[in-house]
Amino acid sequence: MKPRTADKIATAIIVTFALLIVAILVGLLGYILIRGMSHISWDFLTSAPQKIRAGGGVGPQLFNSLFLLVLTLIITIPLGLGAGIFMAEYARPGRLTNFIRLVVEVLSSFPSIIVGLFGLLLIVNTFNLGFSLISGALALTFFNLPLMVRITEQAFRTVPKQQKEAGFALGLSKWKIVTSVLLPVALPTIITGTILSAGRVFGEAAALMFTAGMSSPRLDFSNWNPLSPSSPLNPFRPAETLAVHIWKVNSEGLAPDALQIAAGASAVLVLTVLIFNLAARYFGRFIYRKLTASKRMN
Amino acid sequence: MRVKPKKSRFEKHHIENFIGRAYMSFCVLLLIVIIVSMVYFVASKGIANFVSGEVKVSDFLFGTKWSPEADTPSYGAFPFIAGSFLVTLLAALIASPLSICAALFMTEIVPGWGKKLLQPVIELLSGIPSVVYGFVGLSVIVPFLRNTLPGQGIGVAAGALVLSVMILPTITSVAADALASLPQNLKESSFALGATRWQTISRVILPTTFPAIMTGVVLGMARAFGEALAVQMVIGNAPFVPRSLFESASTLTSVITLGMGNTTMGSPQNNALWSMALVLMLMTFVFVLLVRMLERRNKI
Repeated sequence: MKPRTADKIATAIIVTFALLIVAILVGLLGYILIRGMSHISWDFLTSAPQKIRAGGGVGPQLFNSLFLLVLTLIITIPLGLGAGIFMAEYARPGRLTNFIRLVVEVLSSFPSIIVGLFGLLLIVNTFNLGFSLISGALALTFFNLPLMVRITEQAFRTVPKQQKEAGFALGLSKWKIVTSVLLPVALPTIITGTILSAGRVFGEAAALMFTAGMSSPRLDFSNWNPLSPSSPLNPFRPAETLAVHIWKVNSEGLAPDALQIAAGASAVLVLTVLIFNLAARYFGRFIYRKLTASKRMN
Repeated sequence: MRVKPKKSRFEKHHIENFIGRAYMSFCVLLLIVIIVSMVYFVASKGIANFVSGEVKVSDFLFGTKWSPEADTPSYGAFPFIAGSFLVTLLAALIASPLSICAALFMTEIVPGWGKKLLQPVIELLSGIPSVVYGFVGLSVIVPFLRNTLPGQGIGVAAGALVLSVMILPTITSVAADALASLPQNLKESSFALGATRWQTISRVILPTTFPAIMTGVVLGMARAFGEALAVQMVIGNAPFVPRSLFESASTLTSVITLGMGNTTMGSPQNNALWSMALVLMLMTFVFVLLVRMLERRNKI
């Protein structure tokens, strides 16, 4: 074959395959949204699920997912920031740093079901917290922490060295430099990364099945006392999230409209992740403009 | 004006520095504690059956009979181990060519809008939750396979297809990074010698970036191997070694997912599930090790 013909054929194949991936995404999103949208209504988003009858909603599950996300971020962000800043600014190259890097890498590549099982063993059984929101939040912290560390470290590494050196030249302490010179510049990247990781947390199910549980007690949305067992805010109650609900409805659902419920819930999940993605882009740029007075983010 | 001559050790910025450093060290320490306890807890549960003599290691790894509820229970996990490896390898075989083509499209064919088009696509694909992949697999891929091919639709093929879409973004983004970081002069000298684009890609670009692209493939396989729910929903969950791609089978993760809630803690059956979790964990170490080896090769 002539090299020119081979080149043309190869190019055609590469372009076809690349466009195939785009088609897969469009097909996926289109299928999920078109199938699910017809089932989404205010009633579906707010009412409680039905076990056997049709017409159940996903209200408590949606609330649980959001609440769990907030709890997880409250625990993860400070820890991830601390460890990430340490890796970027304090760790000296050497054995210990390499070891910590390995730890982060291994932790982030553990399958999420292993994280869930570990949560079951340590938090649910050993700490005796039972299937509860707080167990789920801790399991998700193990799951999300390595990502958060990486995001923070990378964000700090992109800050120009001169800014740090200028700070040292002015006689600032290291802590001052980290908090008032580096952090504001790194913050937009950190926020973008955090919102993206929030999308991952929002859709996670395998780590939650054995930690946050697969049932949701009857919630009384007029009771906002966090200690009462029927209050939605009580962190010690079991909480089935949206993603777990999709799995449960598909594999052991008894309701006659199980497939529609799964379709609707999937659409809600995907829409939320899409919103997170868009928010990450927009918000990152917005904060960057606010903090640095420059128009573009690298 | 009086100037304080004495320099105290406990000035404000010293204290701030100390607290900041202590807090950060605490965070890092916590990471190490988490991973050590994770390995310890899962391993100690995972070897419980072998220590008590309930199951032999060889019977567990190579036994093909999984019947924990029989009168003489046997805990052969080979069908699940085989299932896991099979779907992982198949998924990688399907996804790798697609991903490498996508990466080439982004970096070599149309570097401008190719990247603009595919970057968001990859990000969105990786953002879709795994249960949604499972749901789509169950309601699109399984009926499609049932109608066009022999068998019930559920099975290894369906699992591998779902997984291959899930690992596309992982492989593509690593491969695209690898291709983009290739020094320009390599390509330029190849073009200067009169090579066509495909000759340059196949004889210069791909061989040079091979270890880096393989890193992406291994990362994708690690994700596929550990994926639980999406696979469980489409693979059929029969505890046999699959003889055809369109037959119901199981993976390590699917058995753990289904069994963990229905068995009592501490029973031999439950402990066998923990042994499978230990196998999963050890495989994660193998994948990390592979990635490290490939990265080392990539540096030289």
